[in-house]
Amino acid sequence: MKKLINSVDDFVKESLEGMQKAHGDLLDVNYDPFVVFRTDAPVQGKVGVISGGGSGHEPMHGGFVGKGMLDAACPGEVFTSPTPDQMEWATRKVDGGAGVLHIVKNYSGDIMNFEMAADLGKDAGIEVESVVVDDDVAVKDSLYTQGRRGVGGTVLMEKIVGAKAEEGADLASVAGLARDVNANVRSMGLALTSCTVPAAGSPTFELGDDEVEIGIGIHGEPGRERIKMEGADQLTDRLTRPVIEDLGLNSGDQVLVFVNSMGGTPLAELYVIYRRVVQLLDEGGVQVARHLVGPLITSLEMQGASVTILRLDDEKTRLWDAPVHTPALRWGV
Amino acid sequence: MFSVAQAEAWVRSTAAVIEEHAAALTKLDSAIGDGDHGTNMNRGFKAAVQRLDGLEGDQDFGSVFKAIGMALIGKVGGASGPLYGSLFLGMGKELGDASEVEDERLAAALRAGYDSVVARGKAQLEDKTMLDAWHPALEALDAALAEGRELGPALDEAAAAAEAGMKATIPMIARKGRASYLGERSRDHQDPGATSTHLILRTLADVVNGR
Repeated sequence: MKKLINSVDDFVKESLEGMQKAHGDLLDVNYDPFVVFRTDAPVQGKVGVISGGGSGHEPMHGGFVGKGMLDAACPGEVFTSPTPDQMEWATRKVDGGAGVLHIVKNYSGDIMNFEMAADLGKDAGIEVESVVVDDDVAVKDSLYTQGRRGVGGTVLMEKIVGAKAEEGADLASVAGLARDVNANVRSMGLALTSCTVPAAGSPTFELGDDEVEIGIGIHGEPGRERIKMEGADQLTDRLTRPVIEDLGLNSGDQVLVFVNSMGGTPLAELYVIYRRVVQLLDEGGVQVARHLVGPLITSLEMQGASVTILRLDDEKTRLWDAPVHTPALRWGV
Repeated sequence: MFSVAQAEAWVRSTAAVIEEHAAALTKLDSAIGDGDHGTNMNRGFKAAVQRLDGLEGDQDFGSVFKAIGMALIGKVGGASGPLYGSLFLGMGKELGDASEVEDERLAAALRAGYDSVVARGKAQLEDKTMLDAWHPALEALDAALAEGRELGPALDEAAAAAEAGMKATIPMIARKGRASYLGERSRDHQDPGATSTHLILRTLADVVNGR
């Protein structure tokens, strides 16, 4: 394992220290427990929006802390959900009297830890609402599984919901919008290589030089199928068609397309994929009104990409365009 | 009889056993989960031991198990943190300010802990989770005590039942947690949570039997 880390145990802490030094104008870091939070938290009268999850997906979530997006983020160990004390600390820190929204990705650990934190927050007299993101069409949503995973849609939800909270909407409206975003966003990803969790020291899974894992999760969880390598357009179709189908997109719909790198795939390749997604949508008469291309929800150094499509309406488009000022996303300021 | 001193010894021994088996637990988790179960449990039980070291004066079950539960919830992460944390919190609530209890009360406390795990995780038997090791172990413990067995031998039977339950997870298809994403592909793998549960119960039997 070759990684630019000093020690496995200090990796998350030292990464947060760097983030604090680089972005001290936007965010601050608490180290016991780990919480990244807006320097101006709590914003009085504003719904606090917090999220969290395992580290290793940077810039998600800490890179989305700032005006117009998250009030705080709780980073766990690499690929391990954060613990309730982190979310409780964050909830208290960002509560400006209007309540706090927890954005939770649908993984059993995240769900349980956030549930415990929400109970603690309510015990402290803070109004807490939780919204679960489950946008990954690679996983069948049934009674017999944990349900779909939360992946790329999380980034879009945090941006749009963060903008709504910044406008001064109340907790019920902010939570309602979050659920609306979740109902209208779907994703799917693939992996060309595995990644190596520092604490494990060896690749999470084996993948042949000529193989691709279709439907990969952001922690290297296996997907729908393993196939032989194909061209970029064919692979893009394998990701995009199930997303379009699951969303039930129709001619005339307006969408936001988000093409994401798993960490090791360069931007140039993401644009090849983006080009093909737009071609596919054009063929169906779907209009790509907004886009996002880049490494925003990653799996350490994994090579691979994911395609996320969000069905837009006027409100979501307006909130997407609203000012945001975070380390990873910045416009309108 | 089961004492607070034995409870502390159980957790300290468990920390050592988990450290010894950390790599094996992580390997099982890499196959069907996210490859961190051993690392996380090792970190959590080390924190639990530190928490015990920090306790002063005479302790009761309630305070000891609460300290352990909170340490696990705060340090393990993932799903195992809330689940094992809930186990010890549930046991602590059941035994309260007692510092020595009859064998049946220990069995009842383990049952209360198990109920807390079920409430937190909402899994069912044969979902390929730690419940598949816990449930047969608690049944075996109750049965052995009802037959008049001493606590030591009764816990040996519980540990053996946990081991059988752990092995029984191998052919199961996971329906909870990250392994459930694999569907059919989760078959032929032993569940890491059931495996750590077996280690914890076997260590309890070892401590009570003075091994």
